[in-house]
Amino acid sequence: MLQEKITLNTDKWIDNYADYLYNYAVSRVNNSDLAKDLVQDTFFAGLKSAKNFQGKSTERTWLVSILKRKVIDYYRKINSKKGQAEVRMNFYNDGENEGDWIEERVPQSWDNQSERDIENEELKEQIERCIDNLPEKYAMVFKMKTIQGFETEEICKELEITPSNLWVIVHRARTQLRKCMEDNWFNN
Amino acid sequence: MFKNLRITCDEATTICDKNQYGEATLLEKVKLNIHFIRCRICGVYSKQNVFLSKIYKNYSKECKEKKHCLTKEEKEDLKHKLKT
Repeated sequence: MLQEKITLNTDKWIDNYADYLYNYAVSRVNNSDLAKDLVQDTFFAGLKSAKNFQGKSTERTWLVSILKRKVIDYYRKINSKKGQAEVRMNFYNDGENEGDWIEERVPQSWDNQSERDIENEELKEQIERCIDNLPEKYAMVFKMKTIQGFETEEICKELEITPSNLWVIVHRARTQLRKCMEDNWFNN
Repeated sequence: MFKNLRITCDEATTICDKNQYGEATLLEKVKLNIHFIRCRICGVYSKQNVFLSKIYKNYSKECKEKKHCLTKEEKEDLKHKLKT
């Protein structure tokens, strides 16, 4: 079979795919600078392995598959990071009280829970601050599930985690976010 | 039999969170409702959770409408880096 020689034009790559890849990355990691780094790494990796590109998929699909790998690698890295700041737990995790609310973390009733606030700009900024306070792993999974609205199956596949793993992370993220919103918004 | 339906607050709120995405199973929902009978705190959590979901949904709508782009300078910079 005659194979066309692939000529790479990186200028074109960037004009054609940089924004697409950047959007892909930014909807998965909770940090725009990091997303930019991942895109850059993807182009470098693409360049390096360009000879392996067989033209079975489009160039864009091929680059996305490289970026996907970069996202998983990143997730693995933050997932295994030792000495990660201790997560504030909301429940006792051993002893006879295991699974009960920790007393000082028990949900309080909210003073200013108003439907009218939903469109409030400051509220959105507060949500962002609280999400940024989450451990990266939680922020990433929470955002993919809740903000981007990805299917559970899709996230599990992309990050190579199990559904029960995903729900534990979503749960921890949501209880922590709730507490952050309680302290900084609802009962502030 | 009922012993199997008993869950901790940690488990109850996990189900409650899962339920916000409509993905809790029937058995999980049964367990959750049994838990609510004896646990007022998780009841509060659950009510507030519904409100939070509303807020997140609204926030999500706005986020998804936003299209992210690299600036012209960033693209030029990237081109330059790739060439060297």
